[in-house]
Amino acid sequence: MLLIHCPYCDETLPEAEFAYAGEAHIIRPADPSTLTDEEWRDFLFIRSNARGPHYERWRHVHGCARFFNAVRDTVSDRFLLTYKAGEKRPDLASLGVAE
Amino acid sequence: MSRFRLPGKGRVNHAETVRFSFDGKAYEGLRGDTVASALLAHGIHLMGRSFKYHRPRGPVTADSAEPNALIGTSRGPGRFEPNTRATVQELRQGLECESQNRLGSLAFDLGAVNDALHPLFPAGFYYKTFMWPRSFWDRLYEPIIRRAAGLGRAPSEVDPDIYASRYLHTDLLVVGAGPSGLMAALVAARAGARVTLVDENPEMGGAILSDPGVGIDGQPAWDWLAQTLEELASLGVRLMTRTTAIGYYHQNMIGLCEKITDHLDTIPDGAPRERMWRVRATRVVLAQGALEKPLVFHGNDRPGVMLAGAAQSYLHRWGVRVGDRAVIVTSHDSAYFTAFDLAEAGTKVVAIIDTREAPPEALRAEARARGIELLAGHTVTGTKGRLRVASVTVNPVEAGRIGDPRMLHCDCLLMSGGWTPSLHLFSHTKASLAWDEQSRTFLPGRMTEECHIAGAGRGLWGYLDALSDGAEAGAAAARALGQEAEAPTPAVAHDRAGTGESHKELPTDRTSSRVRAFIDFQNDVTAKDIRLAVREGMRSIEHVKRYTTNGMATDQGKMSSINGLMIAADAVGKAPPEVGLTTFRPPYTPTTFGAFAGYHKGATFEVTRATPIDGWAEENGAVYEPVSLWRRAWYFPQGGEDMDRAVARECRATREGVGIFDASTLGKIEVAGPDAVEFMNRMYTNPWTKLAPGRCRYGVLLGEDGYIRDDGVIGRLGPDLFHVTTTTGGAARVLNMMEDYLQTEWPDLDVWLTSTTEQWATVALNGPKARKVLEGLVEGADMSAEAMPHMSVAECRVAGFKARLFRLSFTGELGFEINVPARHGRALWEALMQAGQPHGICAYGTETMHVLRAEKGFIIIGQDTDGTVAPEDAGLGWAIGKKKPDFVGKRSLARPDLVAEGRKQLVGLLTEDGHVKLEEGAQIVFDPDQPKPMKMVGHVTSSYHSATLGRSIAMALIEGGRDRMGETVHVPMPDGVVRAKVTSTAFYDPDGDRLKL
Repeated sequence: MLLIHCPYCDETLPEAEFAYAGEAHIIRPADPSTLTDEEWRDFLFIRSNARGPHYERWRHVHGCARFFNAVRDTVSDRFLLTYKAGEKRPDLASLGVAE
Repeated sequence: MSRFRLPGKGRVNHAETVRFSFDGKAYEGLRGDTVASALLAHGIHLMGRSFKYHRPRGPVTADSAEPNALIGTSRGPGRFEPNTRATVQELRQGLECESQNRLGSLAFDLGAVNDALHPLFPAGFYYKTFMWPRSFWDRLYEPIIRRAAGLGRAPSEVDPDIYASRYLHTDLLVVGAGPSGLMAALVAARAGARVTLVDENPEMGGAILSDPGVGIDGQPAWDWLAQTLEELASLGVRLMTRTTAIGYYHQNMIGLCEKITDHLDTIPDGAPRERMWRVRATRVVLAQGALEKPLVFHGNDRPGVMLAGAAQSYLHRWGVRVGDRAVIVTSHDSAYFTAFDLAEAGTKVVAIIDTREAPPEALRAEARARGIELLAGHTVTGTKGRLRVASVTVNPVEAGRIGDPRMLHCDCLLMSGGWTPSLHLFSHTKASLAWDEQSRTFLPGRMTEECHIAGAGRGLWGYLDALSDGAEAGAAAARALGQEAEAPTPAVAHDRAGTGESHKELPTDRTSSRVRAFIDFQNDVTAKDIRLAVREGMRSIEHVKRYTTNGMATDQGKMSSINGLMIAADAVGKAPPEVGLTTFRPPYTPTTFGAFAGYHKGATFEVTRATPIDGWAEENGAVYEPVSLWRRAWYFPQGGEDMDRAVARECRATREGVGIFDASTLGKIEVAGPDAVEFMNRMYTNPWTKLAPGRCRYGVLLGEDGYIRDDGVIGRLGPDLFHVTTTTGGAARVLNMMEDYLQTEWPDLDVWLTSTTEQWATVALNGPKARKVLEGLVEGADMSAEAMPHMSVAECRVAGFKARLFRLSFTGELGFEINVPARHGRALWEALMQAGQPHGICAYGTETMHVLRAEKGFIIIGQDTDGTVAPEDAGLGWAIGKKKPDFVGKRSLARPDLVAEGRKQLVGLLTEDGHVKLEEGAQIVFDPDQPKPMKMVGHVTSSYHSATLGRSIAMALIEGGRDRMGETVHVPMPDGVVRAKVTSTAFYDPDGDRLKL
């Protein structure tokens, strides 16, 4: 079982308190009606499926209930960082990871 | 006294006899015995039959790696366990055990015919043999394979035992209480760390228990052990015996399975049989030691052939000589000590066969001094003896040439092919292994967790090295925990260090097709099978494993995987590290389902949610059905009614008079705040701006992909307050989705979301007499049709309780839903029942609710929709706020596939014969005469017998269904094709006149 740091509670807690919520930094378009079918398809379905560091969302569902963002290495299953929703996407170099 | 037991020797209690039975025959052992040691004390080696060839087998080990001596144990109903290793099961008074995998008796097994026919069962024979004819599969092959498959017999009764679960946090977890583990725990505990030390054996000490002649720090090893355990206890170290570390998971979480009652004569009241520990350790020291390798030669599997280290353990731990005449065959120094110790205990050591040409001079000298013949540079080419080894054939090997055979008579053959570091747990962490060419074995490589490996686990041999390395690991762990620590250097006398060499098969002069040299004893895999697999094209070690089943038995290849690799690598013509090891996976040793399940069984398997009115339903004979985690009243049978009759009565009573229904499970979410209406506009398809407070509306929620996710009636209680209802199963999902959008897409909206599902009890009152029942109980609201039309909501008091009163209908009748604080739910229900008595009020359950809604064509999300149904498909196009600029899923409604022709649409189906009820899920075709496979154009989603209409009704999703009104479609069923006409889904009162009361 993983240990996950909730950036709102500022505590490292067991995975059982959290729920995965898909890839992070996919912003819902302000006016979807202006998107082409292809653009809308990409927004809906196309994901990076990264091998290695992956930006993703988690929810502290059995805690503060907040959604937050994380960088997790999908190979080692290690969390490199968690941060609050709305904060800027950190670049990998700042995490000591080669892009 | 049993003939092979040495008086006063070993760590067993010679003063306490323990009675047990094996295959129905009574035996006596001593307290502290395992089943294996007790039977060996009686001279019994034959304990089981092998899986495939039914060859007679005896124990090869004295520990949990045992592949052969598998037994069934029992202690009364429900407490039978198959595949228990006789080498691990401790004796208890009255223990009943039986051998496995035999047809007939253990000594005369009819299944042994397989052994004579062994050329018919090569590696991969399953794949080659049962291919054709196809028709033989169901009737012949599968039943035979099923009967032959599996080890032991499965218990058939419910397990009455309790299994416990615990969490544990510790600074340092040390796995394995041999010399390295003991030292690691001692040094770290002295430095001040909180330490937990676990060992799978009943007693701590590891190899020390089998080597009492060694001296540590000026004391005999066993005295040092006792003193060390005492000091560990006084330092507060948690000492856990009979506790196996079964898996090593992320971030130093280790699963431990602790056996608590299996060794006890009687089970204390309420005691759990096993306890699963989930340990989070800041640091871990793995000190699991090494596993001895068998040598691979013809006939290496007969009872009486065992690992030399095992024989040494039986001698010192249990005071049992494994035979009168021993031959030792070894490629490692360690087996010499077994030979010397056995000779001292009175066993005649016929000879030591060393595969090496030049064993160390010190060992040669000691063998000479003891008068033991040493045959260096020799090989073993065969053994004889039907149920027990009786002789062994040995040959000199000179420059690769096999010399003349010589037969040695013996009753036990003790082998050692060297030692393999036990790296199972280490490998669970996805750490890498590094091939060590000098010792020709895998050692720990790159680590992924905060752990240390000490002692034989990383290839060190001998007590001085193991103790010193353990001390270093303990000190390193303590320093990593921020403590100051020094690693002391222990003094060791009579150390038993040593080296050896590694082999594939031993050289032989036999025709290769006639060699039966076993690698995986439990799965009956021979060296020949591995070579055959490589010849037949298996190159990856993973393929070789699956083709031959090498290492796939319950011992998970503890003895076989390294020998299998050596031979596969030789056959492929690559170095072993290029061929690689197969993956080790948890659990380390077989673990009961009970230990994993813990408390999650029976009534505590899962939460059962019950409404505040559940008690009334139970008292009134409700039959229940599970709906998500809720248990809901399904129907209320009266006077021996079956479900059909009860439902027909409940339906009629509701349509003709008044019915009452517990709708408390409906999901409820309060959406409040200045931006509540904007939030609702963005979430739901419907327009909300113009919905006046005091009114309600049926809302549809889509996913961003345009498919229906949920629905429910939503009341507006004020300008900034909505009472949202969701489906029973969808409540948590909908709240999660709302929170997601609110927190991450629209954090600017000033809205609060609160789950109120369990705060409100909800009672639905439906039927032409509903208002008559209700009006006398309502205060603070005008109940007239004018003041409270269909789809309105009022805050008032009902039966004296604060209430949110909705006028809505899921039945097509005049309907009300009364929400009161949950604690008043039952009182409200009883007040309504009383007020309804003069009107013939009838309680109904979920089945009647389903029938009544289906008669009206109201859909159930997840039954009539399946995650690929858009609003237009379900006939809900009217619920789309087309003028709204955006809402969740709006853009997708214009996706090419959602506007395409021929989408499946929800329609009604009426069978030609109204007595025939379609099966929900049944597939639909347009042309029943087309060739198979037919083109399926949809399926039945809901189907009931309607008492109101006196016939069956159904709903279905059918391609282009709404353009096929009046057409006949066909539903092929096993007993014939059912014809049905496509209709509207509104079967009853299509104009809604009955709501206008």
